[in-house]
Amino acid sequence: MYSDKVMDHFQNPRNVGEIENPSGVGTVGNAKCGDIMRIYFDIDENQVIRDVKFKTFGCGAAVATSSMATELVKGKTIYEALEVTNKAVMEALDGLPPVKVHCSLLAEEAIHAALWDYAEKNHIKIEGLKKPKSDIHEGEEEEEY
Amino acid sequence: MGEEKKMIYLDNAATTKTAPEVVEAMLPYFTELYGNPSSVYSFSQKSKEAITAARETIADTIGASPEEIYFTAGGSESDNWALKATAEAYRAKGNHIITTKIEHHAILHSAQWLEKNGYEVTYLDVDEYGVVKLDELKKAIRPTTILISVMFANNEIGTIQPIREIGAIAKEHGILFHTDAVQAYGQLPIHVDELGIDMLSSSAHKLNGPKGIGFLYIRRGVKIRSFVHGGAQERKRRAGTENVPGIVGYGAAAGRAAKTMEERTAKERSLRDHLIDRVLAEVPYTRLNGHRTDRLPNNANFSFQFVEGESLLIMLDMDGICGSSGSACTSGSLDPSHVLLAIGLPHEIAHGSLRLTLSEETTMEEIDYVVECIKKIVEKLRSMSPLYEDFMRRK
Repeated sequence: MYSDKVMDHFQNPRNVGEIENPSGVGTVGNAKCGDIMRIYFDIDENQVIRDVKFKTFGCGAAVATSSMATELVKGKTIYEALEVTNKAVMEALDGLPPVKVHCSLLAEEAIHAALWDYAEKNHIKIEGLKKPKSDIHEGEEEEEY
Repeated sequence: MGEEKKMIYLDNAATTKTAPEVVEAMLPYFTELYGNPSSVYSFSQKSKEAITAARETIADTIGASPEEIYFTAGGSESDNWALKATAEAYRAKGNHIITTKIEHHAILHSAQWLEKNGYEVTYLDVDEYGVVKLDELKKAIRPTTILISVMFANNEIGTIQPIREIGAIAKEHGILFHTDAVQAYGQLPIHVDELGIDMLSSSAHKLNGPKGIGFLYIRRGVKIRSFVHGGAQERKRRAGTENVPGIVGYGAAAGRAAKTMEERTAKERSLRDHLIDRVLAEVPYTRLNGHRTDRLPNNANFSFQFVEGESLLIMLDMDGICGSSGSACTSGSLDPSHVLLAIGLPHEIAHGSLRLTLSEETTMEEIDYVVECIKKIVEKLRSMSPLYEDFMRRK
């Protein structure tokens, strides 16, 4: 069902944990739908993401996408991080099953939420960053039988 | 490292291993005895006789007559047939059906289909253990009620329903009573007359029989229309050349299950209790779903707070353990199990469920190993869970 890369990031997730007094933290998803992602950033004075940690409640794909997303933004500037899309996360994981694509959207959303928090704390505006949705599953509809 | 891990199969509610003696009984009907039971020549009589024998064996196990057993392709077909064909046959009497919120999707989706076609359906609530409330059942009955369909035992949480009481209520009101016994048949003693059952669905692969074969018991006198039109097979009610090897296999599996039921289920029950006791005692923030005692002998269903079911299943799989979950992620939809929601679990707890269903081959060593793995995995997943982090902060 999952690629080797997804399984690797699920079994050995990178950057799991918390950051004390983070520069920015974002939590997205909801428990109702079964996945919540939280990403912590430690951002230096040059707007470079010095450290990143995550915690995720969710399926294998949710854990793997969080792990990969943290890898992709680590050491990047906040503007480079903003360009890490869900597509990039999926490609880096050698793809996801169609029903799990929303997990990669959640990862992108978590990065944006943490950046938004950083911007608010520092009273700055990050060009191109929109206020993240609180619920990634808004607008998705159940299939009818 | 590199050594092939022994698989521990604890998903016997999904399907079971076909028993070797069942396979052996079936084999000749693939190879030498391939005749069409409907043909005239004596060669085909062997196939016909084998079907008759299987039908008799199965009828005996539930106190029915052989002509009341109709072979189908399995549990889903039996459920579809029972609901749709009864609804049609009794349309002149009424258009109301009563079922429950915790039925298998074969019942629920058939009922929803009937709703789109002019029928009215009441979906009964269950209590926190998953037991149907009898007073609500009585209140739901209308002059137009033609059928009550309540499962014998639930496939997810294992709760056994008060079938005898439901049968009595149905009889008192002159309403037909169907039960989906796919999980119960072969695990619990069933006598259709004593329990007041008019129709019963079952499936062979849940009791060490082959896949693709089931039966619907239909009490003599129940008007139920043909579901598959064509030839005269199954008393003209279910056309199509019989699945002879499947039917023979089901007969063998049913006979075997009846013979071994007492000893087998006693063993499973004791191992299941050991599993439940250890998990509840050793894994914090855990609950047992379903009734503590009125449950299928081989079923345990837990919810581990702050963890998600699919992650748990993948990690168990890496330790060689096969289980299942009511998590949304295992169903392809965003909603967790309708059964877990019906017993009142909040979504996030329903997402963290794990069902383990034992077989006669399960051992104490396996159970103890599984408990150790669960402890390790739940701890790991909680250490990664933002829900657990928030919970510990609030504490």
